[in-house]
Amino acid sequence: MWLLALFLVPFLIVVKISLSDGAVSIPPYTPKFDLQAGIAGIKEFIAALDFENYVYLTEDNLYWKSYLSSLKIAFISTCLSLLIGFPIAYAMACSSESWRPTLLMLVILPFWTSFLIRVYSWVGILSNNGLLNQTLLNIGVINEPLVIMNTDIAVYIGIVYTYVPFMILPIYATLEKMDSSLLEAAKDLGCSNFKAFWLVTAPLSRPGVIAGCFLVFIPAVGEFVIPSLLGGSSTSMIGKVLYDEFFSNRDWPLASAVAVILLIILIVPIVLFQKQQQKLQQAAQ
Amino acid sequence: MNQRFSWFNATSLALGFAFLYIPILSLVIYSFNSSKLVTVWAGFSTKWYGALLNNEAFLDAAFMTLKIAFVSSTLATILGTMAAFVLVKGIAFPGRTLFSAMIYAPIVMPEVITGLSLLLLFIAIGADRGMTTIILAHATFSMCFVSVVVSSRLVSMDNSLEEAALDLGCTPLDAFRSVILPLIAPAVISGWLLAFTLSLDDLVIASFVSGPSSTTLPMKIFSQVRLGVSPEINALSTIMIAIVTVGVVVASLVSKRSVINQRKQEQLAAKSTIE
Repeated sequence: MWLLALFLVPFLIVVKISLSDGAVSIPPYTPKFDLQAGIAGIKEFIAALDFENYVYLTEDNLYWKSYLSSLKIAFISTCLSLLIGFPIAYAMACSSESWRPTLLMLVILPFWTSFLIRVYSWVGILSNNGLLNQTLLNIGVINEPLVIMNTDIAVYIGIVYTYVPFMILPIYATLEKMDSSLLEAAKDLGCSNFKAFWLVTAPLSRPGVIAGCFLVFIPAVGEFVIPSLLGGSSTSMIGKVLYDEFFSNRDWPLASAVAVILLIILIVPIVLFQKQQQKLQQAAQ
Repeated sequence: MNQRFSWFNATSLALGFAFLYIPILSLVIYSFNSSKLVTVWAGFSTKWYGALLNNEAFLDAAFMTLKIAFVSSTLATILGTMAAFVLVKGIAFPGRTLFSAMIYAPIVMPEVITGLSLLLLFIAIGADRGMTTIILAHATFSMCFVSVVVSSRLVSMDNSLEEAALDLGCTPLDAFRSVILPLIAPAVISGWLLAFTLSLDDLVIASFVSGPSSTTLPMKIFSQVRLGVSPEINALSTIMIAIVTVGVVVASLVSKRSVINQRKQEQLAAKSTIE
């Protein structure tokens, strides 16, 4: 096996790196196309020859705003997912042993169904004559339909809905391993329920919470499907801007520049996340 | 952790699962609505399912999607398992850290970036865009998920088993086939399933790297959904949800049964050694 691996490795790495390189960075080199003015990515980064597209990006307000609003939307959605996900994970960890596999499966099941379908299902609920408004009108809570569809609120709901399992699972994993005798000890020593939770459960679940937050935040920043289905014209998220720039405006160089900057923004949280995962793995070993 | 089950916990579970499942349920219910208006209930009907079966564009796209998913997930499983071996066995080679970072990066990378950069790569090497490019793209990003799943299994595997096989005269290949493969098989299978569903599900990467003649089902759904709610899509979604649900439930029952069987055998073995 060792020999096999050693012989195969160099060969495979060439294949794999050529594949994953594409995923990690933008191909720096495409001489045949008139794109090279801006296939900017790395080539010009190093050569520092032509920052035209980047200059354009910084001059145009639209891009700044959409980077900022993506970060804002992702941040708020992460907080909301934490607020919703933590109680669920906590309740799952507290439930009896025989129930846990079923509950776990119920959390994972939506994750296996198509993401697009799950986002789409909210369109029917949130739209002006959708399920939610109909119900509320019939009960008499409101007199005229709430406008939720095509606003930022709909985007928050969509992101929280699709990413909340990513929050629940790591938190549940840490809570499940927790030793409940610690809580009993805290209570014996005179802690109130709330204080025991705050002093014992919360710090012990921190690795799970951090992992969950990263898993929600990072993909949410670059989210494209949710804002384009649920958000309105006023919701500008960078994933959507990139997609439009690419497919509607056909400005490929600019789209690449947008992507490179997005990558730079995200590299910090991604690296932090990997560091933290490695630490956890070492701790586990 | 095992505490008394309180009312607070019960409510948060109930609300949480309501939040997760009400949208899906509403989708399923309204797929049986005979009215064209999705929000008005006009009686039970299955006509949208009939309409769906006659819609050739959808059927073509569905078939194409399944083909892509099958090939790309198989490719991803092979590559991903190899990558997992390289990572776990700790073989030293230049660029190892970079390699492991590359395995993890696409998992959290926004799909728009992955899609765009793959497309630029395909253009740079002059590849024709179409089914092949989608397969390659899907294999690339789902390979990472497979390798994570498989490597977590490899880490927990007992190394001495492989060594024993080698000591007893197995060639490395034999040892791999008769010892390691059966041990990691569950992880490889679940990795394959994961890669399959990821590929079925993917919209963004596929729409970047696809050519004019290749439209996958998610792309089809997306272009329809952009125009608003349509009962045909509800019907299609219901079918997909049903397939996934049945698949997941069956898989979990099977794995549960194998765990129980294993326990029984262990108990029997323990008994016989005592006697």
